[in-house]
Amino acid sequence: MLEASRLTKSFGRLRALDDLTATLRRGQSVALIGPNGAGKTTLLKCVLGLVRPDAGTLTLDGESLLDSPAPRRRIGYMPQIGRFPDHLRVGQLFEMMREIRRGTHERTDEDLITALQVDRLAPKTARTLSGGMRQKVSACLAFLFDPDVLVLDEPTAGLDPVSVEILKEKIRAQRERGKLILVTSHILSDLDEIATDVLYLIEGRMRLYRPIAELKAESGETRLDRVIAGIARATADEPPPPGKAAS
Amino acid sequence: MMLRIVKYVAIEILRGRIALAYAGFLLVASLGLFNLGGDTAKALVGLLSLVLMIVPLVSLVFATTHFYNTQEFVELLAAQPLPRTTILLAQMIGVMLALAAALLVGIAVPVLLYAGTVTGLTLIAVALLLTAVFTALAFVAAVLARDKARGIGAALLIWFYFGLLHDGVTLYVLFLLEDFPLEGISLTLLALNPIDLGRVLVLLQMDVSALMGYTGAMLKDLLGTGTGKLFATLVLGAWIALPVGAAVWIFRRKDL
Repeated sequence: MLEASRLTKSFGRLRALDDLTATLRRGQSVALIGPNGAGKTTLLKCVLGLVRPDAGTLTLDGESLLDSPAPRRRIGYMPQIGRFPDHLRVGQLFEMMREIRRGTHERTDEDLITALQVDRLAPKTARTLSGGMRQKVSACLAFLFDPDVLVLDEPTAGLDPVSVEILKEKIRAQRERGKLILVTSHILSDLDEIATDVLYLIEGRMRLYRPIAELKAESGETRLDRVIAGIARATADEPPPPGKAAS
Repeated sequence: MMLRIVKYVAIEILRGRIALAYAGFLLVASLGLFNLGGDTAKALVGLLSLVLMIVPLVSLVFATTHFYNTQEFVELLAAQPLPRTTILLAQMIGVMLALAAALLVGIAVPVLLYAGTVTGLTLIAVALLLTAVFTALAFVAAVLARDKARGIGAALLIWFYFGLLHDGVTLYVLFLLEDFPLEGISLTLLALNPIDLGRVLVLLQMDVSALMGYTGAMLKDLLGTGTGKLFATLVLGAWIALPVGAAVWIFRRKDL
Protein backbone atom coordinates (compact mmCIF):
# COMPACT_ATOMS: atom_id res chain seq x y z
CA MET A 1 0.00 0.00 0.00
CA LEU A 2 2.64 2.53 1.09
CA GLU A 3 5.88 2.05 -0.78
CA ALA A 4 9.15 3.81 -0.15
CA SER A 5 11.90 3.17 -2.64
CA ARG A 6 15.50 4.32 -2.22
CA LEU A 7 14.32 7.29 -0.17
CA THR A 8 17.21 9.62 0.67
CA LYS A 9 17.27 12.92 2.48
CA SER A 10 20.16 14.96 3.83
CA PHE A 11 20.10 18.04 6.00
CA GLY A 12 23.43 19.65 5.26
CA ARG A 13 25.99 16.96 6.03
CA LEU A 14 23.58 14.89 8.09
CA ARG A 15 22.01 11.93 6.32
CA ALA A 16 18.54 11.75 7.83
CA LEU A 17 17.36 9.03 5.43
CA ASP A 18 19.78 6.86 3.55
CA ASP A 19 18.50 4.74 0.68
CA LEU A 20 15.43 3.49 2.52
CA THR A 21 13.25 0.94 0.75
CA ALA A 22 10.20 -0.60 2.40
CA THR A 23 6.66 -1.70 1.64
CA LEU A 24 3.95 -1.18 4.23
CA ARG A 25 0.62 -2.97 3.81
CA ARG A 26 -2.92 -2.29 4.97
CA GLY A 27 -3.72 -3.88 8.30
CA GLN A 28 -0.19 -3.33 9.53
CA SER A 29 0.68 -1.13 12.44
CA VAL A 30 4.32 -0.24 12.02
CA ALA A 31 6.29 1.11 14.96
CA LEU A 32 9.17 3.33 13.88
CA ILE A 33 11.92 3.09 16.41
CA GLY A 34 15.53 4.04 16.65
CA PRO A 35 17.81 6.38 18.55
CA ASN A 36 17.28 10.13 18.50
CA GLY A 37 18.20 11.53 15.11
CA ALA A 38 17.77 8.17 13.39
CA GLY A 39 15.39 9.63 10.81
CA LYS A 40 12.01 8.60 12.24
CA THR A 41 10.49 12.06 12.09
CA THR A 42 12.05 12.71 8.68
CA LEU A 43 10.41 9.56 7.32
CA LEU A 44 7.02 10.55 8.74
CA LYS A 45 7.43 14.05 7.35
CA CYS A 46 8.22 12.67 3.90
CA VAL A 47 5.02 10.63 3.98
CA LEU A 48 3.11 13.77 4.99
CA GLY A 49 4.69 15.90 2.29
CA LEU A 50 6.30 18.18 4.86
CA VAL A 51 9.82 17.22 3.87
CA ARG A 52 10.94 16.72 0.28
CA PRO A 53 13.36 13.83 -0.15
CA ASP A 54 16.49 14.40 -2.24
CA ALA A 55 16.04 11.11 -4.07
CA GLY A 56 13.76 8.10 -4.20
CA THR A 57 10.03 7.60 -4.54
CA LEU A 58 7.15 7.33 -2.15
CA THR A 59 3.80 6.03 -3.36
CA LEU A 60 0.43 5.25 -1.84
CA ASP A 61 -1.28 2.54 -3.91
CA GLY A 62 0.83 3.60 -6.87
CA GLU A 63 0.02 7.31 -6.53
CA SER A 64 3.12 9.40 -5.81
CA LEU A 65 3.02 11.27 -2.52
CA LEU A 66 5.77 13.57 -3.70
CA ASP A 67 4.19 15.08 -6.80
CA SER A 68 0.80 16.31 -5.71
CA PRO A 69 -1.04 17.06 -2.49
CA ALA A 70 -4.13 15.07 -3.56
CA PRO A 71 -3.14 11.62 -2.19
CA ARG A 72 -2.82 13.18 1.26
CA ARG A 73 -6.62 13.11 1.44
CA ARG A 74 -6.08 9.48 2.50
CA ILE A 75 -3.69 10.30 5.34
CA GLY A 76 -4.52 11.38 8.88
CA TYR A 77 -1.80 13.02 10.94
CA MET A 78 -1.41 13.45 14.65
CA PRO A 79 1.64 15.64 15.30
CA GLN A 80 3.91 15.33 18.30
CA ILE A 81 3.07 18.83 19.45
CA GLY A 82 -0.37 20.00 18.50
CA ARG A 83 -0.35 23.77 18.51
CA PHE A 84 -3.24 25.66 17.04
CA PRO A 85 -3.77 29.37 16.40
CA ASP A 86 -4.12 30.97 19.86
CA HIS A 87 -7.41 32.74 19.43
CA LEU A 88 -9.35 30.22 17.36
CA ARG A 89 -11.96 28.26 19.28
CA VAL A 90 -11.73 24.50 19.13
CA GLY A 91 -15.13 24.48 17.45
CA GLN A 92 -13.85 26.83 14.75
CA LEU A 93 -10.78 24.69 14.26
CA PHE A 94 -12.93 21.64 13.51
CA GLU A 95 -15.18 23.77 11.31
CA MET A 96 -12.16 24.92 9.32
CA MET A 97 -10.78 21.42 8.89
CA ARG A 98 -14.17 20.20 7.69
CA GLU A 99 -14.31 23.06 5.19
CA ILE A 100 -10.82 22.30 3.94
CA ARG A 101 -11.61 18.62 3.57
CA ARG A 102 -15.05 19.05 2.04
CA GLY A 103 -15.49 16.46 -0.67
CA THR A 104 -12.20 14.64 -0.05
CA HIS A 105 -13.58 11.76 1.99
CA GLU A 106 -16.51 9.36 2.08
CA ARG A 107 -17.39 9.43 5.74
CA THR A 108 -16.32 11.13 8.91
CA ASP A 109 -15.44 9.28 12.06
CA GLU A 110 -16.47 11.20 15.15
CA ASP A 111 -16.15 8.35 17.68
CA LEU A 112 -13.09 9.85 19.31
CA ILE A 113 -14.71 13.27 19.64
CA THR A 114 -17.38 11.65 21.80
CA ALA A 115 -15.10 9.20 23.58
CA LEU A 116 -12.49 11.82 24.52
CA GLN A 117 -15.21 14.41 25.22
CA VAL A 118 -13.61 16.86 22.84
CA ASP A 119 -17.03 18.29 21.93
CA ARG A 120 -17.00 19.92 25.36
CA LEU A 121 -13.89 21.88 24.41
CA ALA A 122 -15.60 23.53 21.42
CA PRO A 123 -16.10 26.98 23.04
CA LYS A 124 -12.54 27.15 24.39
CA THR A 125 -9.82 29.05 22.56
CA ALA A 126 -6.77 27.00 21.64
CA ARG A 127 -4.58 29.15 23.87
CA THR A 128 -6.38 28.02 27.01
CA LEU A 129 -6.03 24.29 26.30
CA SER A 130 -3.65 22.18 28.35
CA GLY A 131 -1.10 19.96 26.64
CA GLY A 132 -3.27 16.89 27.11
CA MET A 133 -6.35 18.63 25.73
CA ARG A 134 -4.40 19.65 22.66
CA GLN A 135 -3.31 16.06 22.17
CA LYS A 136 -6.95 14.99 22.31
CA VAL A 137 -7.90 17.59 19.69
CA SER A 138 -5.01 16.41 17.50
CA ALA A 139 -6.11 12.80 17.85
CA CYS A 140 -9.69 13.62 16.87
CA LEU A 141 -8.52 15.58 13.83
CA ALA A 142 -6.26 12.72 12.73
CA PHE A 143 -9.10 10.20 12.75
CA LEU A 144 -11.88 12.57 11.66
CA PHE A 145 -11.87 11.90 7.93
CA ASP A 146 -11.55 8.12 8.25
CA PRO A 147 -8.15 8.05 6.52
CA ASP A 148 -6.58 4.89 5.09
CA VAL A 149 -3.20 5.74 6.57
CA LEU A 150 -2.70 7.11 10.07
CA VAL A 151 0.56 8.82 10.90
CA LEU A 152 0.86 9.14 14.67
CA ASP A 153 3.89 10.91 16.14
CA GLU A 154 4.10 10.14 19.87
CA PRO A 155 0.31 9.77 20.14
CA THR A 156 0.16 8.89 23.82
CA ALA A 157 2.56 11.54 25.13
CA GLY A 158 0.84 13.88 27.55
CA LEU A 159 -2.49 12.06 27.60
CA ASP A 160 -4.17 10.93 30.81
CA PRO A 161 -4.32 7.14 31.38
CA VAL A 162 -8.00 6.82 30.51
CA SER A 163 -7.55 8.70 27.24
CA VAL A 164 -4.46 6.64 26.40
CA GLU A 165 -6.57 3.48 26.64
CA ILE A 166 -9.33 4.97 24.49
CA LEU A 167 -6.80 6.03 21.85
CA LYS A 168 -5.00 2.67 21.84
CA GLU A 169 -8.33 0.89 21.46
CA LYS A 170 -9.18 3.17 18.54
CA ILE A 171 -5.84 2.51 16.86
CA ARG A 172 -6.31 -1.25 17.21
CA ALA A 173 -9.83 -1.05 15.82
CA GLN A 174 -8.70 0.98 12.81
CA ARG A 175 -5.91 -1.47 12.07
CA GLU A 176 -8.38 -4.33 12.19
CA ARG A 177 -10.52 -2.43 9.70
CA GLY A 178 -7.57 -2.62 7.30
CA LYS A 179 -6.00 0.78 7.86
CA LEU A 180 -2.26 1.25 7.86
CA ILE A 181 -0.84 2.75 11.04
CA LEU A 182 2.57 4.39 11.19
CA VAL A 183 3.52 5.25 14.74
CA THR A 184 6.50 6.50 16.73
CA SER A 185 6.68 6.44 20.49
CA HIS A 186 9.24 6.41 23.24
CA ILE A 187 6.86 4.43 25.38
CA LEU A 188 7.59 0.90 24.21
CA SER A 189 4.88 -0.67 26.34
CA ASP A 190 2.33 1.38 24.40
CA LEU A 191 3.82 0.25 21.09
CA ASP A 192 3.70 -3.33 22.34
CA GLU A 193 -0.07 -3.02 22.48
CA ILE A 194 -0.72 -1.22 19.21
CA ALA A 195 2.05 -2.24 16.79
CA THR A 196 2.30 -5.38 14.68
CA ASP A 197 5.69 -4.65 13.12
CA VAL A 198 8.89 -2.88 14.01
CA LEU A 199 10.86 -0.73 11.60
CA TYR A 200 14.19 0.02 13.22
CA LEU A 201 16.20 2.95 11.91
CA ILE A 202 19.76 3.88 12.67
CA GLU A 203 21.43 6.89 11.07
CA GLY A 204 18.79 7.00 8.37
CA ARG A 205 19.22 3.36 7.39
CA MET A 206 16.69 0.62 7.88
CA ARG A 207 18.36 -2.00 10.03
CA LEU A 208 15.33 -4.17 10.66
CA TYR A 209 11.72 -4.41 9.53
CA ARG A 210 9.87 -7.44 10.87
CA PRO A 211 6.69 -8.54 12.64
CA ILE A 212 6.90 -8.17 16.40
CA ALA A 213 5.50 -11.67 16.97
CA GLU A 214 8.38 -13.16 15.00
CA LEU A 215 10.96 -11.15 16.89
CA LYS A 216 9.48 -12.18 20.20
CA ALA A 217 9.41 -15.85 19.23
CA GLU A 218 13.03 -15.76 18.07
CA SER A 219 14.43 -14.00 21.08
CA GLY A 220 12.22 -15.81 23.57
CA GLU A 221 11.27 -12.47 25.13
CA THR A 222 7.66 -11.60 25.82
CA ARG A 223 8.07 -7.87 26.09
CA LEU A 224 8.85 -5.52 23.22
CA ASP A 225 11.23 -3.38 25.26
CA ARG A 226 13.42 -6.43 25.95
CA VAL A 227 13.37 -7.39 22.27
CA ILE A 228 14.38 -3.87 21.27
CA ALA A 229 17.11 -3.73 23.87
CA GLY A 230 18.49 -6.96 22.37
CA ILE A 231 18.42 -5.51 18.86
CA ALA A 232 20.02 -2.28 20.01
CA ARG A 233 22.87 -4.23 21.62
CA ALA A 234 23.33 -6.37 18.53
CA THR A 235 23.42 -3.41 16.14
CA ALA A 236 25.81 -1.52 18.40
CA ASP A 237 28.30 -4.37 18.03
CA GLU A 238 28.10 -4.39 14.25
CA PRO A 239 30.67 -2.38 12.31
CA PRO A 240 29.30 0.89 10.94
CA PRO A 241 27.86 0.65 7.43
CA PRO A 242 30.34 1.27 4.61
CA GLY A 243 30.95 4.87 3.72
CA LYS A 244 29.80 6.02 7.11
CA ALA A 245 32.89 5.21 9.11
CA ALA A 246 33.02 7.16 12.31
CA SER A 247 35.34 10.11 12.00
CA MET B 1 -10.49 26.92 -0.85
CA MET B 2 -7.95 29.60 -0.11
CA LEU B 3 -10.61 32.02 1.05
CA ARG B 4 -11.91 29.44 3.52
CA ILE B 5 -8.51 29.45 5.21
CA VAL B 6 -8.09 33.23 4.90
CA LYS B 7 -11.27 33.63 6.92
CA TYR B 8 -9.84 31.75 9.89
CA VAL B 9 -6.42 33.42 9.66
CA ALA B 10 -8.16 36.80 9.78
CA ILE B 11 -10.40 35.73 12.69
CA GLU B 12 -7.31 34.57 14.56
CA ILE B 13 -5.52 37.89 14.08
CA LEU B 14 -8.46 40.17 14.73
CA ARG B 15 -9.20 38.34 17.99
CA GLY B 16 -5.65 39.05 19.12
CA ARG B 17 -4.94 42.30 20.90
CA ILE B 18 -2.15 43.52 18.64
CA ALA B 19 -4.27 44.40 15.61
CA LEU B 20 -6.62 46.27 17.92
CA ALA B 21 -3.77 48.15 19.60
CA TYR B 22 -2.37 49.07 16.17
CA ALA B 23 -5.74 50.45 15.07
CA GLY B 24 -6.10 52.34 18.34
CA PHE B 25 -2.64 53.87 18.12
CA LEU B 26 -3.18 55.05 14.54
CA LEU B 27 -6.59 56.43 15.44
CA VAL B 28 -5.27 58.45 18.37
CA ALA B 29 -2.29 59.70 16.35
CA SER B 30 -4.31 60.77 13.34
CA LEU B 31 -7.06 62.40 15.40
CA GLY B 32 -4.33 64.23 17.28
CA LEU B 33 -2.69 65.48 14.09
CA PHE B 34 -5.96 66.68 12.61
CA ASN B 35 -6.96 68.51 15.78
CA LEU B 36 -3.66 70.12 16.68
CA GLY B 37 -2.73 72.40 13.78
CA GLY B 38 -6.04 73.16 12.24
CA ASP B 39 -4.47 73.13 8.76
CA THR B 40 -5.50 69.82 7.14
CA ALA B 41 -2.70 69.93 4.56
CA LYS B 42 -0.10 70.12 7.33
CA ALA B 43 -1.87 67.39 9.25
CA LEU B 44 -1.84 65.17 6.15
CA VAL B 45 1.90 65.70 5.69
CA GLY B 46 2.41 64.79 9.35
CA LEU B 47 0.22 61.73 8.97
CA LEU B 48 2.12 60.78 5.82
CA SER B 49 5.43 60.80 7.72
CA LEU B 50 3.88 58.69 10.45
CA VAL B 51 2.39 56.22 7.98
CA LEU B 52 5.66 55.88 6.08
CA MET B 53 7.50 54.92 9.26
CA ILE B 54 4.92 52.96 11.24
CA VAL B 55 3.08 50.97 8.57
CA PRO B 56 6.18 49.19 7.18
CA LEU B 57 7.52 48.52 10.67
CA VAL B 58 4.30 47.07 12.06
CA SER B 59 3.61 45.05 8.90
CA LEU B 60 7.10 43.52 8.95
CA VAL B 61 7.23 42.67 12.63
CA PHE B 62 3.64 41.54 12.85
CA ALA B 63 3.77 39.31 9.76
CA THR B 64 7.01 37.58 10.74
CA THR B 65 5.82 37.03 14.30
CA HIS B 66 2.53 35.66 13.02
CA PHE B 67 4.33 33.26 10.69
CA TYR B 68 6.52 31.83 13.44
CA ASN B 69 3.69 31.63 15.95
CA THR B 70 1.56 29.58 13.58
CA GLN B 71 4.34 27.29 12.38
CA GLU B 72 2.94 24.08 13.86
CA PHE B 73 -0.45 24.95 12.50
CA VAL B 74 1.02 25.51 9.04
CA GLU B 75 2.56 22.04 9.31
CA LEU B 76 -0.83 20.59 10.09
CA LEU B 77 -2.30 22.38 7.07
CA ALA B 78 0.59 21.25 4.87
CA ALA B 79 -0.16 17.64 5.82
CA GLN B 80 -3.69 18.05 4.42
CA PRO B 81 -4.44 17.62 0.73
CA LEU B 82 -3.71 21.31 0.12
CA PRO B 83 -1.13 22.82 -2.22
CA ARG B 84 1.59 24.75 -0.42
CA THR B 85 0.79 27.78 -2.57
CA THR B 86 -2.73 27.89 -1.18
CA ILE B 87 -1.50 27.70 2.40
CA LEU B 88 1.05 30.48 2.11
CA LEU B 89 -1.18 32.78 0.07
CA ALA B 90 -3.97 32.26 2.61
CA GLN B 91 -1.60 33.22 5.41
CA MET B 92 -0.35 36.31 3.56
CA ILE B 93 -3.77 37.51 2.49
CA GLY B 94 -5.14 36.89 5.99
CA VAL B 95 -2.39 39.04 7.54
CA MET B 96 -2.79 41.73 4.89
CA LEU B 97 -6.55 41.88 5.37
CA ALA B 98 -6.29 42.07 9.15
CA LEU B 99 -3.70 44.85 8.99
CA ALA B 100 -5.76 46.62 6.34
CA ALA B 101 -8.78 46.48 8.64
CA ALA B 102 -6.72 48.12 11.38
CA LEU B 103 -5.63 50.82 8.92
CA LEU B 104 -9.18 51.49 7.84
CA VAL B 105 -10.21 52.11 11.43
CA GLY B 106 -7.07 53.98 12.46
CA ILE B 107 -6.34 56.07 9.36
CA ALA B 108 -9.15 55.90 6.85
CA VAL B 109 -11.94 56.95 9.19
CA PRO B 110 -10.21 60.11 10.52
CA VAL B 111 -8.87 61.01 7.05
CA LEU B 112 -12.31 60.76 5.51
CA LEU B 113 -13.77 62.81 8.36
CA TYR B 114 -11.20 65.62 8.26
CA ALA B 115 -9.68 65.50 4.79
CA GLY B 116 -11.93 63.55 2.45
CA THR B 117 -9.99 64.84 -0.54
CA VAL B 118 -8.16 63.00 -3.32
CA THR B 119 -4.95 63.57 -1.35
CA GLY B 120 -6.51 61.94 1.70
CA LEU B 121 -7.65 58.97 -0.38
CA THR B 122 -4.19 58.69 -1.93
CA LEU B 123 -2.69 58.55 1.54
CA ILE B 124 -5.06 55.72 2.51
CA ALA B 125 -4.22 53.86 -0.70
CA VAL B 126 -0.48 54.29 -0.06
CA ALA B 127 -0.87 52.95 3.50
CA LEU B 128 -2.71 49.89 2.15
CA LEU B 129 -0.14 49.31 -0.61
CA LEU B 130 2.76 49.59 1.83
CA THR B 131 1.03 47.11 4.13
CA ALA B 132 0.91 44.61 1.28
CA VAL B 133 4.51 45.30 0.21
CA PHE B 134 5.99 44.87 3.67
CA THR B 135 3.82 41.92 4.64
CA ALA B 136 5.06 40.16 1.51
CA LEU B 137 8.69 41.09 2.29
CA ALA B 138 8.21 39.83 5.85
CA PHE B 139 7.01 36.48 4.53
CA VAL B 140 10.10 36.21 2.33
CA ALA B 141 12.27 36.71 5.43
CA ALA B 142 10.15 34.27 7.45
CA VAL B 143 10.18 31.43 4.90
CA LEU B 144 13.93 31.83 4.46
CA ALA B 145 14.94 31.86 8.12
CA ARG B 146 14.14 28.77 10.17
CA ASP B 147 15.02 30.59 13.37
CA LYS B 148 12.49 33.07 14.73
CA ALA B 149 15.05 35.55 16.05
CA ARG B 150 16.82 35.63 12.69
CA GLY B 151 13.58 36.07 10.78
CA ILE B 152 12.43 38.98 12.90
CA GLY B 153 15.94 40.41 12.83
CA ALA B 154 15.93 40.27 9.03
CA ALA B 155 12.53 41.97 8.99
CA LEU B 156 13.89 44.79 11.15
CA LEU B 157 16.88 45.15 8.84
CA ILE B 158 14.52 45.49 5.88
CA TRP B 159 12.76 48.29 7.70
CA PHE B 160 16.00 49.94 8.69
CA TYR B 161 17.26 49.84 5.12
CA PHE B 162 14.17 51.19 3.37
CA GLY B 163 13.23 53.59 6.15
CA LEU B 164 16.63 55.12 6.79
CA LEU B 165 19.61 53.76 4.90
CA HIS B 166 18.29 53.89 1.36
CA ASP B 167 18.11 57.70 1.41
CA GLY B 168 21.76 57.84 2.38
CA VAL B 169 22.66 55.36 -0.34
CA THR B 170 20.69 57.45 -2.85
CA LEU B 171 22.53 60.63 -1.90
CA TYR B 172 25.87 58.90 -2.02
CA VAL B 173 25.26 57.35 -5.44
CA LEU B 174 23.98 60.62 -6.88
CA PHE B 175 27.02 62.43 -5.45
CA LEU B 176 29.43 59.87 -6.91
CA LEU B 177 27.83 59.95 -10.33
CA GLU B 178 27.10 63.66 -10.56
CA ASP B 179 29.00 63.99 -13.83
CA PHE B 180 26.65 61.58 -15.58
CA PRO B 181 23.06 62.14 -16.67
CA LEU B 182 21.12 61.38 -13.51
CA GLU B 183 17.58 60.86 -14.76
CA GLY B 184 17.77 57.11 -15.20
CA ILE B 185 19.79 56.56 -12.06
CA SER B 186 17.58 58.61 -9.82
CA LEU B 187 14.42 57.00 -11.16
CA THR B 188 15.95 53.59 -10.54
CA LEU B 189 16.94 54.57 -7.02
CA LEU B 190 13.43 55.82 -6.39
CA ALA B 191 11.91 52.61 -7.77
CA LEU B 192 14.12 50.58 -5.45
CA ASN B 193 12.46 51.95 -2.33
CA PRO B 194 8.73 51.32 -1.83
CA ILE B 195 8.57 53.82 1.03
CA ASP B 196 9.89 56.62 -1.21
CA LEU B 197 7.44 55.60 -3.91
CA GLY B 198 4.60 55.92 -1.41
CA ARG B 199 5.84 59.32 -0.28
CA VAL B 200 6.14 60.58 -3.85
CA LEU B 201 2.67 59.32 -4.75
CA VAL B 202 1.05 61.39 -2.00
CA LEU B 203 3.27 64.43 -2.54
CA LEU B 204 2.62 64.43 -6.30
CA GLN B 205 -1.04 64.61 -5.44
CA MET B 206 -0.41 67.46 -2.99
CA ASP B 207 1.92 69.12 -5.46
CA VAL B 208 4.57 70.07 -2.91
CA SER B 209 7.81 69.49 -4.81
CA ALA B 210 9.84 70.86 -1.92
CA LEU B 211 9.09 67.76 0.15
CA MET B 212 9.59 65.22 -2.62
CA GLY B 213 13.32 65.05 -2.39
CA TYR B 214 15.65 64.94 -5.34
CA THR B 215 14.41 61.70 -6.89
CA GLY B 216 10.77 62.65 -6.48
CA ALA B 217 11.31 66.05 -8.10
CA MET B 218 13.17 64.34 -10.92
CA LEU B 219 10.23 62.00 -11.43
CA LYS B 220 7.87 64.93 -11.71
CA ASP B 221 10.11 66.76 -14.17
CA LEU B 222 10.66 63.71 -16.30
CA LEU B 223 7.28 62.08 -16.39
CA GLY B 224 4.91 64.79 -15.25
CA THR B 225 2.44 64.35 -12.43
CA GLY B 226 0.03 61.93 -14.11
CA THR B 227 2.57 59.54 -15.61
CA GLY B 228 4.65 59.87 -12.46
CA LYS B 229 1.77 58.63 -10.34
CA LEU B 230 1.12 55.76 -12.72
CA PHE B 231 4.82 54.85 -12.64
CA ALA B 232 4.95 54.90 -8.83
CA THR B 233 1.76 52.82 -8.55
CA LEU B 234 2.95 50.22 -11.05
CA VAL B 235 6.33 49.88 -9.38
CA LEU B 236 4.62 49.51 -5.99
CA GLY B 237 2.51 46.77 -7.57
CA ALA B 238 5.71 45.02 -8.61
CA TRP B 239 6.95 45.45 -5.04
CA ILE B 240 3.94 43.38 -3.96
CA ALA B 241 3.95 40.80 -6.73
CA LEU B 242 7.66 39.96 -6.68
CA PRO B 243 8.02 39.24 -2.95
CA VAL B 244 4.72 37.32 -2.92
CA GLY B 245 6.01 35.23 -5.83
CA ALA B 246 9.40 34.74 -4.17
CA ALA B 247 7.89 33.70 -0.83
CA VAL B 248 5.59 31.17 -2.52
CA TRP B 249 8.45 29.83 -4.64
CA ILE B 250 10.61 29.27 -1.57
CA PHE B 251 7.79 27.90 0.58
CA ARG B 252 6.84 25.32 -2.05
CA ARG B 253 10.34 23.85 -1.83
CA LYS B 254 10.83 24.24 1.89
CA ASP B 255 11.16 21.42 4.41
CA LEU B 256 8.79 22.12 7.27
